[in-house]
Amino acid sequence: MIGLSSYLVFFVCVVLALSLLTLGLNLQWGSTGLFNAGVAGFYAIGGYTHAILTAAPAPQYLGNFGLPWIVGVVGAMAVTALAALLIGLLTIRLRGDFLAIATFGIAILIQLVTLNLEPLTGGSQGLTRIAKPMSSVFSDPLSYNLFYLGLMAVVVGGVYLALERILASPWGRVLRAIREDETAAVALGKSAIRFRLEAFVLGSTLMGLAGAMYVGFIGFVSPFDFLPILTFQVWAMLIVGGSGNNRGALLGTLVVWAIWAASGIFVSKVVPPAHAAQGAAVQVILIGLVLVLMLLFRPRGLIGERPMVSRHLGR
Amino acid sequence: MSTMLLQALADGVFTGAIIALGAIGVSFTLQIMRFANFAHSEFLTWGAYLTLALVTVFGIGEPLGILTFGWGLLIAAALAAVLTGLAAWGLDRLVFARLRRSGAQPLVLVFAAFGAALVMRHIVVLIWGHDSYFYSRELQMAMLVPPGIRIMPDQVFILALAFAVMIVLHLFLTYSRTGIAMRAMAESPGLAQACGVRVESVVRTTWVICGGLAALAGVFTGLTPQLHPEIGFNLLLALFAAAIFGGAGSLPGAVIGGLMVGIAENLFLLVVPPGYKPAMPFVLLLAVLLFRPDGLFGEKR
Repeated sequence: MIGLSSYLVFFVCVVLALSLLTLGLNLQWGSTGLFNAGVAGFYAIGGYTHAILTAAPAPQYLGNFGLPWIVGVVGAMAVTALAALLIGLLTIRLRGDFLAIATFGIAILIQLVTLNLEPLTGGSQGLTRIAKPMSSVFSDPLSYNLFYLGLMAVVVGGVYLALERILASPWGRVLRAIREDETAAVALGKSAIRFRLEAFVLGSTLMGLAGAMYVGFIGFVSPFDFLPILTFQVWAMLIVGGSGNNRGALLGTLVVWAIWAASGIFVSKVVPPAHAAQGAAVQVILIGLVLVLMLLFRPRGLIGERPMVSRHLGR
Repeated sequence: MSTMLLQALADGVFTGAIIALGAIGVSFTLQIMRFANFAHSEFLTWGAYLTLALVTVFGIGEPLGILTFGWGLLIAAALAAVLTGLAAWGLDRLVFARLRRSGAQPLVLVFAAFGAALVMRHIVVLIWGHDSYFYSRELQMAMLVPPGIRIMPDQVFILALAFAVMIVLHLFLTYSRTGIAMRAMAESPGLAQACGVRVESVVRTTWVICGGLAALAGVFTGLTPQLHPEIGFNLLLALFAAAIFGGAGSLPGAVIGGLMVGIAENLFLLVVPPGYKPAMPFVLLLAVLLFRPDGLFGEKR
């Protein structure tokens, strides 16, 4: 029983961290129509920045400053925002599919840096002993994880409310106008490039926050937490849930991660350890099929975008 | 030092020719089907593994002269190219054509391609696992070519074969009715249809050619020296870089783009730590996207 409840707490914590990624992607794709195929890259920047700032000091590393958790989180968001701004300035003018290729490449570049820049990132070993906030207060891991779950729920709830607020604001309306008809939005005097860049940076900053929250929970970081497959999973979450709808993004994260985790448990029970690679392949094939079937048969997602009509049109 | 430079150039031309074979398909899908097909790299993987399956059953044949393989491999590769071409067309029928008919925007096709790529790559993992495979256990000595460059006989053969295939494709596009129809579709789909081009048949031919060339590129990559499930995926960025560099829809563009990417990759290796090698095509790609997004031979869109 303890085993099950601690697994559930762990599962919900991971879902909450991932849902920050999906919310960020929903701002970029769902609201603005930006195809960011480098989600894992921004997640990695956030995760690694947090780790470098907060991990317990070690002589062989340049970073590992041992700073408090909150400094790590704020720093992760700031560094990811800065990276997104630089990347955005370079790529935001590209047309849709070229932006996808460029951001996909950037994520691979970031992963290579995490693997190769050993003095800072620990290379393939990664970094360990990352500060857990208020860990001395709790006696056992389960109650600590429950505390962290509450912390994450507050963060995700706050981000959700803030996103709902800004998407209903004039700024959010401009984003949707650009997505629907860029030429018309530009003709009305809106700088499409500037708004797209803002949405790109803000969405990526949320992905950086997700990385910090995840690494702060797990307590270590390695390049294998940020493989390109993660980008596909987050896209599947958004498309299954319904892009353009923040609640859809949250629901999709839960559903897709549940499918992933459940199929993982099933595979580990059925498939002998010698064929673990094949078992993992089944999991990925399942996620790929879910993505493609959803696009074919229910492109709106489980709960799609609500149609929006200006209140000035009257009824 | 100059020998190292020449060696890098020779290696670059060799990998470049293979990249070019794969990039032709990416380039045609960008221009004729109008989307960036992220699943294209998996046609390379499928071609390589289908060939492996065929040579496992029928054998690789008596080695031809100083090469490590015989007719068995060449026939298997040709069969695998046809099968992969048909698989590419099948994927279009199953997924992309349905999405086009439902009026989905081109970026939705790109996601679908992402999903399809995952499924295709992991079907290979499901059957063969993550281990490396070799077509042939024969060891080959490098030939020493003045002024001191090392080249494998296999590489020379593959290079010649790759260019022969490209020349045949060029003749097909220039002189056959279907080839002309393909170029017409690439230039202006609406006008081509108005002139009586049968879209369905052009789409089918395009996929079969793209898949077949990708399969050959996969086999050639697998020959030098081994196969693994990421064989195609690792080339994805290089393929896009080559296709965009040459300009979408241009055959000579894709060939020159492929050679440029191959050479640049090997020259970069002289100055950059090998751990960063996979990033090189991307750096080149970014430069092309920023400074010449329509490519060297592409038309302004």
